[in-house]
Amino acid sequence: MSDADQIGWNREQMAERAAQDIPNGAYVNLGIGIPEKVVRYVPDGREVIYHTENGLLGMGDAPEEGQEDPELINAGKKLVTTIQGAAYFHHADSFSMIRGSHIDICVLGAMQVAENGDLANWSTGNPDAIPAVGGAMDLVAGVKTINVITQHCTNKGYPKLVSECTFPLTGAGVVSRIYTDLAVIDVAPEGFKLVELAPGVDFDYVQERTGCNLIAA
Amino acid sequence: MINKKVNSVHDAVANIKDGATVMIGGFGEAGSPIELIHALIDHGAKGLTVVNNNTGSGHVGLAALIENKRVAKMICSFPRTANSTVFPELYKKGELELELVPQGTLAERIRAGGAGVPAFYTATSVGTSLADGKEMRNIDGRDYVLEYGLKADFALIKCLKADRYGNLVYNKTARNFAPIMAMAADTTIVQTKQFVEAGDIDPEAVVTPGIFVDQIITVANPLLESELVNAGEVYP
Repeated sequence: MSDADQIGWNREQMAERAAQDIPNGAYVNLGIGIPEKVVRYVPDGREVIYHTENGLLGMGDAPEEGQEDPELINAGKKLVTTIQGAAYFHHADSFSMIRGSHIDICVLGAMQVAENGDLANWSTGNPDAIPAVGGAMDLVAGVKTINVITQHCTNKGYPKLVSECTFPLTGAGVVSRIYTDLAVIDVAPEGFKLVELAPGVDFDYVQERTGCNLIAA
Repeated sequence: MINKKVNSVHDAVANIKDGATVMIGGFGEAGSPIELIHALIDHGAKGLTVVNNNTGSGHVGLAALIENKRVAKMICSFPRTANSTVFPELYKKGELELELVPQGTLAERIRAGGAGVPAFYTATSVGTSLADGKEMRNIDGRDYVLEYGLKADFALIKCLKADRYGNLVYNKTARNFAPIMAMAADTTIVQTKQFVEAGDIDPEAVVTPGIFVDQIITVANPLLESELVNAGEVYP
């Protein structure tokens, strides 16, 4: 699948595309990995408040050198800053924002997404692996809209958009929209529905790399 | 006169017995009460059930408590992090038990435990393997799983400021689990960077009211877990 690296959107462009769908005034939680890049691409004129589940609303950029505080981190344990008007709170309040459906949008990574919106992103189910779940199951159960950013296929070329997840689920029927390197795809009642193709990619190319039927835009 | 201040970290942990359940604050190194954890290692209590979001880094703090075979069971949401090797190795050898809990469910179980709520229903984990075998109920058309409140014999937490009544203020995202663990433990032991006069903390700004706190020890210049890990330190 080396040619798949040559066409479509790169990681930055996937994040940029996902950022276009975040409305002004939204409270947003970003997962670890490509989703973290979304913060750089929110269009001018929109103000978005970032939530990090370890207890901060109004998360800012990474600190400048000399301004780092090891007690000011995000959910990925990376050093961050606060915006003017930020707020700290404890974990139960933080997850009340999530589980009580106060957070508008969460953008997460994925191992697999099924055409019914099932998401697998926490475990391969390998019995030798140390299981670790973090806040993923709370986010998908409570946040109003769950969007996913992921490469369309795995490193080995297997589709990540499938008829049914083979990995253990994070949540059932939770995903609304998927941004891949090849396309933007909605989880519609009738299945995966194409919203937009990346430049230089056609429908058949995406369909061939998708594990189930793709509905044309 | 009420004064919850104690004289040393060793005095603070002296009553922790073998087999106790101990909640330890912190999310990664932020909020980790590393001096209290090291005192607990020195104290020697073993067979502990420890509640923390993670399992520590390197060979200091919580990772050292585990490495020194004091922990029989971990209750946590994310036992793997960067530099976390102690727990995975011992877990693979079957030397300690893991109860994996989604992070928000963990927080709510602790909050419920401290609030006298024995159990609650949540949508988190419904439809996943972490709900297997748990009681379910459909409420207003949505499925929920029953989760139980979590209490502890002791909580070890860290804060920025404390007064003699045990009113606490935290530092930034180091607050994380500490306020709810203080509520859920029979005995809450706090290490504070600053010990201030009663009245110095604005009552409007108190985060943890003193009723949830039992013992306070001042550690003015706490060690930083990441610095110890980077230096390759091993405790003890």
